[in-house]
Amino acid sequence: MVIRTEGLSFSFGSQAVVKSISLEVPEGSIYGFLGPNGAGKTTTIKMLLNLLNPSAGSIRIFDMDLQSNRISILKQIGSLIEQPAIYHHLTGKENLLNRAMLLQVSEQRVDEMLNLVQLTAAAGKKAGNYSLGMKQRLGIALALLNDPKLLILDEPTNGLDPNGIIEIRELMMRIVKEGKTVFVSSHLLSEVEKMATHVGIINHGKMMFQGTISELQNINQPQIYIETSSSVDAANLLKRHHIAIGEIEEDHLLVPFTSKQQIGDINNLLVQNGITVFGINKQHKDLEKLFLDITKSN
Amino acid sequence: MKGFILSFRSEFYKTRKTLGFWGSIILPLAITLLAFVAIYNKSDKFVNMQPMMLWVQFSMISLGSMGTLLLPIYTIFVAYSVNNVEHKADTWKTLFSLPISRWTVYGAKYFYAFFLLFICMALFTLLNIGFGNLLGVLKPELKFNEYHMEKELAQVFFKLLLSALGILSIQFLFSLLWADFLKPMGLGFVATVVGVILATNGWVYAYLFPYSHPMAAMKSMIKEQHGPASHLDIDIFTKDVYVSLIVAAVVFVAGYFIVRKRSIK
Repeated sequence: MVIRTEGLSFSFGSQAVVKSISLEVPEGSIYGFLGPNGAGKTTTIKMLLNLLNPSAGSIRIFDMDLQSNRISILKQIGSLIEQPAIYHHLTGKENLLNRAMLLQVSEQRVDEMLNLVQLTAAAGKKAGNYSLGMKQRLGIALALLNDPKLLILDEPTNGLDPNGIIEIRELMMRIVKEGKTVFVSSHLLSEVEKMATHVGIINHGKMMFQGTISELQNINQPQIYIETSSSVDAANLLKRHHIAIGEIEEDHLLVPFTSKQQIGDINNLLVQNGITVFGINKQHKDLEKLFLDITKSN
Repeated sequence: MKGFILSFRSEFYKTRKTLGFWGSIILPLAITLLAFVAIYNKSDKFVNMQPMMLWVQFSMISLGSMGTLLLPIYTIFVAYSVNNVEHKADTWKTLFSLPISRWTVYGAKYFYAFFLLFICMALFTLLNIGFGNLLGVLKPELKFNEYHMEKELAQVFFKLLLSALGILSIQFLFSLLWADFLKPMGLGFVATVVGVILATNGWVYAYLFPYSHPMAAMKSMIKEQHGPASHLDIDIFTKDVYVSLIVAAVVFVAGYFIVRKRSIK
């Protein structure tokens, strides 16, 4: 495991913000750390970077204890927390050169990073004049400068347009192909589900789910989607025949799936009682809905 | 040590285009140039003055303005500007997640602020000596070349530098804790005014109040002498300077733990 925490907790005064979180981030994964705003994602990330001291619990990164190996661990981490931290009075390249000086990285690497995030043409422009997307890309270049084994990104696509989001997603997938691990937080599942291999869902400081993307899909109960001439009549009919109804909408209703045979039986029942069936099929809830259900259930 | 040097160099790299850095060059240049122009234009008034008194008169333009209000205000500004670079860019979290010890990051930043003050005072010394000698060349009737007080000038400005360190540590901590301009600057300004009043009125315990130290340092710089003065004897390590150094050291160390405890927002 690249990151392993046990019973990680943090309180601001008497208010518990992170409650006994046990993270497990495997090597070479893109770990999507999900939760609504205020769930405790940034606080957890700050503890992983030793910016905040946990109230309880332990953090091991690269199989080393963070407290006692702070510098050797941080040498192998690149991070971007919330808004990119950029000196506005310096140019994009000067921002990178300043960090390169601190990390003792060559100027050639700075040029490579500018190229990677497609900022070579704007390298001499003051960073204060960059667009939000350019600032975010510069922030990622800064995080990648020391060629880290682990990249920690906190809401890297915040405020970006769809093109910017796609660019950053592609960048992360490229990085993982090089054998690195990416830990990325977001409040939107849709943003990470296309690239994440693993997911952790946090709400009110508690871990609600942790596992692979397919495990997340597996806990997602399949349902029968039924589109009829009258959802209300269909629902009443099914209820009279002791069939549970999951959800009723004007144009469709959902019934928990038990077997293929059940789909045929429901179809027959509806047709025999004069209700026209426009469509009937088995489906999974989309992940976004599942994510909302998980975070609401707390 | 390597981390300290790298952090110190980075501080210079970041601030080399800011007013905080250029202030340490512009301030001594502007004041000594003003003194030079004033004496040059009114040279007839100073023709009969003794060489030593001429040097004192000339350097007092810098010393007087720095010792009263400018040095504390400039110190407050330096402490604000080195920290404001990080507040403005929201880079504290990045600085403290670098693979460099936090003490090193904090220490390098403080010593860079000290370095800016040092540059300012060193330039004051050099420019006073330079412009004084230039006046001697351009206006030979002013007898600047008949007396030399390079050592005394260096001692006085060194004493002033030491006397400002208490203020530097306190303001450095204020500027670390508060991101805005008004709180550290406002508090510092009020404290400076109080300090100047206490020191000018000769309050017995003024030497215990850091914001009185530059003014107190000016008052205590000349050793008591008997008979007519033929040279100046500078007393650097007076009790106000000792208090300034103690306050500087204590607040510097305490500041680290206060910042550490507050963690990073």
